Amino acid sequence: MGDSSADAGASGADLNLINVTKNFGDFVAVDDLSLKIPSGSFFALLGPSGCGKTTTLRMVAGLEEPTSGQILIGPDDVTYAKPYKRPVNTVFQSYALFPHLDIFENVAFGLRRRGNKDVKKQVDDILALTELTPLARRKPNQLSGGQQQRVALARALINRPAVLLLDEPLGALDLKLRRQMQLELKGIQTEVGLTFVHVTHDQEEAMTMADTIAVMNGGRVEQMGAPVDLYENPRTTFVANFLGQSNFFDAVLSERTGTTAMATVHGLRLGVPLSRVYSADDNVHLGVRPEKLTISSESSSEIPAGHNRITGVVSDASFIGVSTEYRVDLPWGTQVTVFAQNTGRDSRIVPGAGVVLSWDPAHTFALDANQSVEAGIDSEVLANSVGVGS
Amino acid sequence: MSAGAALAEAADKGNPAPEVPSGSGRRTWTPYILLLPGAVWLGAFFIVPMIFLLAQSIQTGTFEQGYEQTFRFANYTDALSEYWPQFVRSFVYAGIATLLCLLIAYPLAYCIAFKSGRWKGALLVLVIAPFFTSFLIRTLAWQTLLADNSWITKTLNWLHVTDVTRFLGLTEGDRLLNTPLSVITGLTYNFLPFMVLPIYAALDRMDQRLVEAAQDLYSSPWKSFRKVTWPLSLPGVVAGTLLTFIPATGDYINAQLLGTPAYRMIGNVIDSQFFKVLDYPTAAALSFTLMATILVLVGLYVRRAGTEELI
Repeated sequence: MGDSSADAGASGADLNLINVTKNFGDFVAVDDLSLKIPSGSFFALLGPSGCGKTTTLRMVAGLEEPTSGQILIGPDDVTYAKPYKRPVNTVFQSYALFPHLDIFENVAFGLRRRGNKDVKKQVDDILALTELTPLARRKPNQLSGGQQQRVALARALINRPAVLLLDEPLGALDLKLRRQMQLELKGIQTEVGLTFVHVTHDQEEAMTMADTIAVMNGGRVEQMGAPVDLYENPRTTFVANFLGQSNFFDAVLSERTGTTAMATVHGLRLGVPLSRVYSADDNVHLGVRPEKLTISSESSSEIPAGHNRITGVVSDASFIGVSTEYRVDLPWGTQVTVFAQNTGRDSRIVPGAGVVLSWDPAHTFALDANQSVEAGIDSEVLANSVGVGS
Repeated sequence: MSAGAALAEAADKGNPAPEVPSGSGRRTWTPYILLLPGAVWLGAFFIVPMIFLLAQSIQTGTFEQGYEQTFRFANYTDALSEYWPQFVRSFVYAGIATLLCLLIAYPLAYCIAFKSGRWKGALLVLVIAPFFTSFLIRTLAWQTLLADNSWITKTLNWLHVTDVTRFLGLTEGDRLLNTPLSVITGLTYNFLPFMVLPIYAALDRMDQRLVEAAQDLYSSPWKSFRKVTWPLSLPGVVAGTLLTFIPATGDYINAQLLGTPAYRMIGNVIDSQFFKVLDYPTAAALSFTLMATILVLVGLYVRRAGTEELI
């Protein structure tokens, strides 16, 4: 793809959504959404099914018309532009390859519609890039799922759109293949420098590939930011649960001193940085990620000074290989999940044993108590639930 | 390039070929056993009568004195030289009727498949509703509809449409009934459902997301129809045209009820040869010629449409 041809578009353009709302009858699919996606970025819209992410994508593609609001690509208002007049191409979830055309013609489709003169060379180039050259004269139904996925990608990429939309493009692939494709897609994006907007419900996929993630829920953006920032500083229980897992305790904030506040949880005092308190009042869900917790036997006393500390009883331990996942019952009935790195196991930590959980207060976050601690946990995960506050 | 190469390698691991279990002895016989009733039926009621018909077509004699096998192939040339105008007329009328059916049926099937929403089922029932009454009765009804004093005829006279059709040689004077036009109208009406249903079936199973993909790839609605919807509906169109053209060519009810002896089709000739003139060899020769001609035309047409590749 190195040599961009003469008629190729710019290397991506800013995508701007301004107060976009989409209603289907009484149902609000997308609710007053505003996003600014900078040129050349790999942006992920992450959320559970029905959160409005696909509707958002379809509005950018022109396949749905917003009920209100504006969509800009670069300086151009495309809110009501026909899909075939937008510098946007989509890799569809189902691939939507044309079954009556061979792979070459599928890939050439967009160029031919625009009356491009140099079809053969460009198609040959992109088929080579995606290693599809030997399959050029096959029909889509003669290809495997992974091969079809590459055709769908090639068919969209060849047009060098200002914005490339990816609608769960890896959803139909098995886990191992998906992992590899994630990295390769990211590689291609870096190579061609287009603006990618990627819709997915897979948080790992979003974190692996995207520069910026917008977590969507109920037609709104819950939180937006770099993957690390979202993971480390969730501002809502939804984000805390949807990206990874979290343990929560019902707590009351007190004693704000300097940069730290102390929270009281069933008589225990736990520290939390003020910068990580996202709550209007003092009643909070105090959260900490399972891998931040250190689990140690009751008898050992190597807990650094100033660390938060809770005692409990191990109810379950499952060895996963790189780590061990512990369930620990706290005295007031709450269950906490702990991921312990497999760096020498303590044989005393077995179900029934009393343990001490400790963590650096800097890893604690406090979220508004006026929201469910189960938000963002799908029913499947809920079954083997992480620490749900008492 | 490296990214793409790795991408390809990753993708190729995607779908391992499914293993086909090797068949046992019992399994290999099953299809033939299942075919048996159909084969027996075809043999008894198609192949055997065909052989009789073929034999009859090269016999000589009269009904009263009986026919004897003389291998007189001149029966064919005699029949054709006498009845070639009816032959040609049959193909022309059936061809025009098929074309009209296609023009009416395609938009109808398209709307039922894509635009009808919850009315889809009801509309499909309406398409086949005419089958609930007899073919004969429905064709007779067209006699009334196209009669000289009917409002249809009067309206078309007033709009000077009949002037145009008269110019085209399809009608005579101000009349509609007993003209080529009325025969073609009857054929079109009677065979329309056979065109609608296969086209509907082809369109209905088409993935609408393909049209979205086409529009996403810079196709206007018309272009996406031309490049995606139409080619994907071709198997339905081919099936529909065959189901319309073949029976329309051999039809004699429409020409008999809506036309005059001057506009007889080959079906009428075969009918009268068999049942009135009782000249069985000529009737058999005409039947065979009709069948052979249709087979050749259909063969050429299917090859031309290239549908074997589409399915």
